[in-house]
Amino acid sequence: MFETFSIIAGAILLLLMLPAFYRVVVGPTAIDRIVAVNVIGTKTAVLLVFIGVIFGRVEMFVDFALAYGMLNFIGSLAAARYLHRVRPFYGKGGQLAEAEATPTERP
Amino acid sequence: MMYRAVTFSLLLAIWLVFSGIYDAFHIGLGILSCLFVTWISSDLLFDDRSLGFRARLGQAWRLGGYLAWLGWQLVLSNLHLLKLTLKPGAMAEVEPRITLYRTALKSDFEKFLLANSITLTPGTITIKILGDDFYIHSISKFAADGLDGQMERRIAAIFAPAGSGSPSPSAD
Amino acid sequence: MILDLVSMLLIAAGLLFFVGAAVGLVRFPDFYTRMHAAGKGDTLSSLLVISGFALHEFKDFEGMDFILALKLLAICVFIMMTSPTSTHALIDAGYEDGIEPVIAPDAENVLGDPTSRQP
Repeated sequence: MFETFSIIAGAILLLLMLPAFYRVVVGPTAIDRIVAVNVIGTKTAVLLVFIGVIFGRVEMFVDFALAYGMLNFIGSLAAARYLHRVRPFYGKGGQLAEAEATPTERP
Repeated sequence: MMYRAVTFSLLLAIWLVFSGIYDAFHIGLGILSCLFVTWISSDLLFDDRSLGFRARLGQAWRLGGYLAWLGWQLVLSNLHLLKLTLKPGAMAEVEPRITLYRTALKSDFEKFLLANSITLTPGTITIKILGDDFYIHSISKFAADGLDGQMERRIAAIFAPAGSGSPSPSAD
Repeated sequence: MILDLVSMLLIAAGLLFFVGAAVGLVRFPDFYTRMHAAGKGDTLSSLLVISGFALHEFKDFEGMDFILALKLLAICVFIMMTSPTSTHALIDAGYEDGIEPVIAPDAENVLGDPTSRQP
């Protein structure tokens, strides 16, 4: 019974990726698309746990889900860093003056 | 020395949970690698080392209570989001605005906690932190007014012991 | 059996909040308000679904199941820490990239126009 419920819930979760995919296709700016890809990645990490329950191998798929979640986080951080126009100031406090003193060209 | 022991036991607990194989060889490997990582990165996890073990334990306990309160705020925030998106006509309530919030919290960990808490409470998101100024994007005037100093007082109460009068001890 | 019901309830609630996040991602007017949907909705719904599974795996009270539930709870803690952080990073990058926020007519933008701060 729990397996049937998991299959139905996983199908619903898969259908819920479609609105985010719509945002990926028509999103007006690049960062909109990145946010939507990030949302799809979170859903995928959850869906991997569903797949593990359906196949009866949760102990294997949990590690996949964890690794996927970490890669998703690092990927969104890298994309945010790429679209940043000024170089972020990595230090105590983070003053605007120092951040703007070292501008970089937009890629 | 105490902080090194705490770092080592945290790392070893994470190893034991994620490895899942419990014989002498693998646990020995875990102890060796945790010792190595503790040796090369023991100054990363905690900034201020003047506090004793019991004070840290009290902070961790109060942090757990705060996280429970934050979970309730997260549920409220999602109900608010659900109402905005699914109720017909509720989209007219969306009047986004950007406000400035000035904090008195000092250490980096407290600011991190405050920024994440602002993001998880209903209708508000932190855009930028410049020094003590938090720039907040809120989804309506009601949500912007809900951001009073209550959350900041809760965070300050985690890291300041209630009895002593020290204004703001720096935390992790 | 009762644990199964509770975990199904948790998963169904998580799916409901996923619906809210997905619809919000389509219907909200500009980038900043869409970040509200993406940042908050995904955090809570992932937490609910994964803790529902943790409860389901924990039901036999055996050793390895306990470790499995602990792993799932570690994913929960990880999501709770990283999801708001990546939300900040993305919304800050969007602001620095020069996306105009939609501001209500009775409010003023205290942060300033993003394109006016051209270095």
